[in-house]
Amino acid sequence: MEQYLIYNSLNYPILTVLVAVPLFGSLITLFIRGDKYLKIWGLVVTLTTAVLSLPLYSNFDLTTAKYQFAEFRNWIPFAKINYVLGVDGISILLVLLTTLVMPLCILCSWTYIKERFKEFICVMLIMEAAMVGVFVSLDTVLFFIFWEAMLVPMYLIIAVWGGPRKDYASIKFFLYTLIGSIFLFVAIIAMYVSTGTFFIPELMAHQFSFSYQMWIFWAFTLAFAIKVPMWPVHTWLPAAHVEAPTAGSVILASILLKMGGYGFLRFCLPIAPAATIYCMPYLIAISIMSIIFGGYLALGQNDVKRLIAYSSVGHMGFVTLGIFLLNDVGIKGAILQMVNHGVTTGALFICVGIIYERTHSREISDNSALGMLMPIYVTFLVIFSLSSLAFPGTNSFVGEFLVLMASFSKYKLVGGLAVIGAILAAAYMLRLVQKMVWADSDGHMHHGEKSHLFDLNFRETGTLAFLAIFVFWIGLNPGPFLKIMDTSTLHLLQQLEDGRKAMPAGHGEYHALLNGVGESIRHLVAFK
Amino acid sequence: MTLFLPELALLLTAVVFFFASLGKIKGARLQGLGILFSGLAVLISLYSYGMQGSLFFNAYRVDAFSQIFKVIIAFGLFIVIYLGNGLYGIDDVLQPEYFLFLTLSAFGLMVMSSAVELITIILCLEIHSFALFIIIPFRKKGAYRQQMEAGIKYALFGAAASGISLYGISYIFGMTHTTYLADLVKIIPGVILKKPLMLVGLVMLLGGFFYKLALFPMHFWAPDVYEGAANETSGFVATLPKVGAVALLIRLISLAGVDAAQFTWVLMAFAVLSMTFGNLAALVQNDIKRLLAYSSIAHAGYVMVGLLCATEFGYLSGVYYIAGYLLMNLACFFVIYNLAPQGENITFADLSGLYKRSPLLALTLAVGAFGLAGIPPTIGFTGKLFLFTAAIKKGMYGLIILAVINTGIAIFYYLKMVRAAYTSVESQASPLNLKLSTSILGIFFIAIILLLGTFPQGFMSVAREAIAAAM
Repeated sequence: MEQYLIYNSLNYPILTVLVAVPLFGSLITLFIRGDKYLKIWGLVVTLTTAVLSLPLYSNFDLTTAKYQFAEFRNWIPFAKINYVLGVDGISILLVLLTTLVMPLCILCSWTYIKERFKEFICVMLIMEAAMVGVFVSLDTVLFFIFWEAMLVPMYLIIAVWGGPRKDYASIKFFLYTLIGSIFLFVAIIAMYVSTGTFFIPELMAHQFSFSYQMWIFWAFTLAFAIKVPMWPVHTWLPAAHVEAPTAGSVILASILLKMGGYGFLRFCLPIAPAATIYCMPYLIAISIMSIIFGGYLALGQNDVKRLIAYSSVGHMGFVTLGIFLLNDVGIKGAILQMVNHGVTTGALFICVGIIYERTHSREISDNSALGMLMPIYVTFLVIFSLSSLAFPGTNSFVGEFLVLMASFSKYKLVGGLAVIGAILAAAYMLRLVQKMVWADSDGHMHHGEKSHLFDLNFRETGTLAFLAIFVFWIGLNPGPFLKIMDTSTLHLLQQLEDGRKAMPAGHGEYHALLNGVGESIRHLVAFK
Repeated sequence: MTLFLPELALLLTAVVFFFASLGKIKGARLQGLGILFSGLAVLISLYSYGMQGSLFFNAYRVDAFSQIFKVIIAFGLFIVIYLGNGLYGIDDVLQPEYFLFLTLSAFGLMVMSSAVELITIILCLEIHSFALFIIIPFRKKGAYRQQMEAGIKYALFGAAASGISLYGISYIFGMTHTTYLADLVKIIPGVILKKPLMLVGLVMLLGGFFYKLALFPMHFWAPDVYEGAANETSGFVATLPKVGAVALLIRLISLAGVDAAQFTWVLMAFAVLSMTFGNLAALVQNDIKRLLAYSSIAHAGYVMVGLLCATEFGYLSGVYYIAGYLLMNLACFFVIYNLAPQGENITFADLSGLYKRSPLLALTLAVGAFGLAGIPPTIGFTGKLFLFTAAIKKGMYGLIILAVINTGIAIFYYLKMVRAAYTSVESQASPLNLKLSTSILGIFFIAIILLLGTFPQGFMSVAREAIAAAM
């Protein structure tokens, strides 16, 4: 164990605390009466968790790729299932993203949620515990438990507090994600049976045969591709986003989608390196499809939330593209892009929620020409929209630039195609901003209905300002964030390289059909 | 004498109910008596855990294996009696008799888990079945006549299944000249691969227990009986007999030895067909009890996956899964029972808006249904984890892929139940006010399904001793 883990040396078991505090908080909500106290309690618990998570950043050891702040306990000894937690450079930013975004989710629901506040706070806190759990668990069974445990609260958030088609959207979300993950489940068991361990670092160190790697690679990829979501299994996302309440959309966009990318980095690449290298062209092709289709579909939407949902598909396409370029710059760009997308898209969904509370419509045409009446609001809207289209100086620029740089350095064609996605992003975001802020009005469009179009209050300003700080912080000074991932990314690439070396030349065995298609795509992709 | 204590405790309970049926005790006092005495039986069977010995010319063996099943059965009976608060579905005059036969039926199962001789096994099976034949048609007269159909179906098919078992026994006895399992286990592994008749005999013998487990091809009674019987009776039929059947199946399957290829293939086919048929049919049901019946057929298939591995771990996961299934299914029946104060059947329409009428019932249903669907951290997830691990250890990848696809299908209808409970329709139905005792049971179900799912170690180490004793 010591070769993989650095045990936690803080004076409290930080990772357990990050899972346990929201969990106990959710139990206590059952005994609190009154919406006001419930809101405050929700905020207190999420803020406490956020504060308690900060030592992760300040005490993180940049020089090692081992899992830090680790905890180890026997859990179900006879099946060798252990309670192992730890973070490395890949997961730490995502844990911090989760703990920092959750208070904002409570804040943006302050007046949005009208009924069943007790259940809402309870479910949100369970959600937080499960999400942190996914990023910190180092045992596949523990990971899977958190992974699935997330589904039920998220389902309830959409099904109980959602919009008019919540029934359809929630069940679609649930079924898609679950069907992906049952194959993940089989892969986890199959790996256990052949290696005798559920411990992720040991699984990474184990050499599987090539055909075995292919099976587990595709089982993992199906689960994670649905979660990301990649084209063509993205269809649950727009439905879920549109129907979910604001907080649900923020959680979905900021954190849930990141689990797909995290899963690729944590499982696919290190556990099945040879299969990853072999399948890389297909995954790159699918990523490009996601980028272009996501952007193209976003261009045609009239519903603001739908538009942002499709833009998520495009942005997450950049993430998977960065991951499967399998080089240092690409992977770092992908991780940073995950954080960026969490900040920016989360903020955009909060913006949509704010305007929906005032006009009760998500149509662009009903929310146009707001510039005169809500100056603070449109300032934030423009900042986050620019960030979303990767304007230089904002956070997404750095992430997207790194991914594009990596793709141009590896395959020029891929880089060229990905640029189309970036252009599309500018087109749909600027169209949105133009209509919502200025439109073609002379400023009198909302004459006589000023009463409900009041500008942001202190709570809303604070929520958005917090995220805006990160937009510029990462945008102007990405160094510290990239430095955190440095060692772990190099270690990951080393694992890939070792995996490639361990395979006999030409991988030995694979399907003739796959081989043929693979070669032709490979030629296409490698066109220089 | 002390070896027979748990059985005596149940017999005592039955005698108490017999005298109650002569008097005029009914309602809460009657149920109180039942809770008291069946609770006593649980304690006694816990106390007698760890005893060992043989009775009745070695036809009856008391060991860790039988005792753990006795605890589960006594506990299940206790829950069923506790759950039947007011016996909404049963005529007032018949209530003592209802409890009497319920207890006798559980008694039959209890002795069945100790039986290690073929004739004894059949006798125990019949004690259990006859008591059940009587109570299935017990249902308030009214708009429903299905209980008669259910009673006839259960009795006729049950008798036929016993007949098939007996016929199988005649083959086995004819070829081996013994009915003691301890002797059979020495002979059968040697001949099962050479003599097809032995395979046929063994599978026919198992048929009677497939019937109790509602495993394909002996499953067809389940939907009609569940639908026709009163809600509380369905809760019993859906759970306890299956626990008994698993106990016996473990004893009988281990007769064949580990490497009986054809035998495993037959069981594998039954398991897959059972899962697939059960899950597909459940998709289109509207009556919740019918849905649970088809779901139970599917679950019989999952349990079979563990049993047909014929390894220690396989049996172990089978025992764990069936114990979990008992709890999760009883949780669902608990909700159905409390939703129908007139003892009527529940459809999806009755479930809608449940979370507004009674948050606790909705949550219990959600935990039970998600448990049956196998979503962590419930007992159903951990059970499936163990079952699939056992099967993959034996290299049965094909079986597991089919089982996993089935799990995917099943999620849809379990989710449909939860969805119905959590969708808000502007329903006119009034809020349900649960009694304190009912709320306690609901919380108990939620807690134990989650806790036993998260911390299976204790149960598994006990079950491991039990399996070791049986093999």
